Amino acid sequence: MWVYEKKLQYPAKVCKPDVKMAKYLIAQYGGPDGELAAALRYQTQRFVMPTGKAKAVLTDIATEELAHLEIIATLVFKLLKGVPVEILKREGLGEYYTEHDRGLFYADTTGMLWTAAYIQAKGDAIADLHEDMAAEEKARTTYEHLINLTDDPCVKDTLRFLREREIVHFQRFGETLVQVREYMESKKFF
Amino acid sequence: MDSNQISMLKKIMEIEFTCIDLNLYLDTHPEDQKALQDYNYYSNQLSILKQQYEQFYGPLIVFGHSQSQYPWKWVDDPWPWEIEY
Repeated sequence: MWVYEKKLQYPAKVCKPDVKMAKYLIAQYGGPDGELAAALRYQTQRFVMPTGKAKAVLTDIATEELAHLEIIATLVFKLLKGVPVEILKREGLGEYYTEHDRGLFYADTTGMLWTAAYIQAKGDAIADLHEDMAAEEKARTTYEHLINLTDDPCVKDTLRFLREREIVHFQRFGETLVQVREYMESKKFF
Repeated sequence: MDSNQISMLKKIMEIEFTCIDLNLYLDTHPEDQKALQDYNYYSNQLSILKQQYEQFYGPLIVFGHSQSQYPWKWVDDPWPWEIEY
């Protein structure tokens, strides 16, 4: 089971409201390489992992991704806080406002809704771990693009933290892939 | 929200982050004794800090993991996304 802690993993701050940045950041909430996709991908892949270590890595990284989802939501929430409707409309969030007001919803920056087609679970540990490593690299790149898109030092600070975590996760998945391969090879008898 | 609450929360985040990172490392290196010692040390620090925080500001975690003073303080604002750090 899971339990919720009434705290963020990292003190997510914004220096000023910024509608455009909120629109871009939604990519990491409900986009293809976002935190929801990451959390759900790892959570469902762990059932077929062959070793205790691999099950632990997928469980724990999935859990950390949920904490990142909350950080992204917090940034978007704060970036939109108190912004008048005319400005939301002018800055390209008129369509979003129509459906969701300033609430959080699982869509990407173009308004495309989140879909399970963003993730894979092949029932094969080697295939899944390769996907996971690629997913972490894609998320790292997205964070770099987002850092380039803002001049808000508070937002940049939080995005840098999230970018670093993608690198650590990539490292742990890489180690897991090597260990799972070794395990599978040790199971072969000729 | 008083500044003491925010500084306690930030300290908890810092120590919990240390635990999370060591946790992920230990998942792929379960026989690293030094890392395990560090994990156990910071895990103990974290539970002390959380107990202190919860005495003043209510439970950080429910479902039976922490107790609450009267009245049930879990429902108190602010929630994490509403705090200005």
